[in-house]
Amino acid sequence: MQDRDILTIARQFIEALPHSRALGMRLEEMGEGWALLAMPYDRKLVGDPQTGVIHGGAVSALMDTASGAAVLCHPQAGFSTATLDLRIDYMRPATPGQTIRARAECHHVTRSVAFVRAVATDDDADRPVAMATGAFTIERGAQ
Amino acid sequence: MKRPEPVHVVKQRREGLLRTLVDAVPYIAFLGIRFDRRGDELTAVLPYKEELIGNPVLPALHGGATAGFLEIAAMIELSWSTLWDGVEAQGALPEGPLRLPKTIDFTVDYLRPGLPRDAYARARVNRSGRRYASVHVEARQDNRARLFAQATGHFLMPPAESPK
Repeated sequence: MQDRDILTIARQFIEALPHSRALGMRLEEMGEGWALLAMPYDRKLVGDPQTGVIHGGAVSALMDTASGAAVLCHPQAGFSTATLDLRIDYMRPATPGQTIRARAECHHVTRSVAFVRAVATDDDADRPVAMATGAFTIERGAQ
Repeated sequence: MKRPEPVHVVKQRREGLLRTLVDAVPYIAFLGIRFDRRGDELTAVLPYKEELIGNPVLPALHGGATAGFLEIAAMIELSWSTLWDGVEAQGALPEGPLRLPKTIDFTVDYLRPGLPRDAYARARVNRSGRRYASVHVEARQDNRARLFAQATGHFLMPPAESPK
């Protein structure tokens, strides 16, 4: 029950971020140092009108939010984080009409920096749409 | 000697190319990005709105909004500079729908928090080949000398128009 309360609070926190809300993001699952976010298909996010494929920028925003959420879920993190850098590799266009999910995980955390990896998929979860690696700040005084 | 074209004809053609590239993309409208043009120089403008905020406490722009803005600025500059010579020589837009380049990878460097204000970006094509291109883009807000984010991306060029 307690885990569900934490998930509810975390979900409200993520969904209260204006840009994440504008993109329709939802926090689906989380654990220590990882988070899974979903972004439903929406025509207003299309980058290629001829195919209806979502723009890479919206996928970047999903990856960035998932990565930030993974950092905030880490026991060493504080209540805030900021992106230092984020690299995204776009492996294939996301299939139009399908929800995109990003799972981000802190793979190493120091006193000042969290190194995060994230994978984005659509319904065909075996073939990633995009992958990301990033560095995020750990706010001082968090420990 | 050929008479110079009337300025309104030149402007109409150049604005037409820019509009064709920008207006068809819903995500550009979603972020509210517009482009200022001076000759062949483009500046992408991201007017501030509350929807772009990622940290309501500071407040600061969402890293994802900044990344999307930089990617759009890079992509439009790349298409624009690739098509410019042909459009100027032909005096008309190419036939058929214009395809934008596809992003292969994009690396964003966040230098300082994005303030709740308008942001401006200019991109530079460092290498543009038949298939691949590398583009660098820098973004600033109040102060021209203080970048708040920069990015480099690689793009796959759309297939060249087959000769008619």
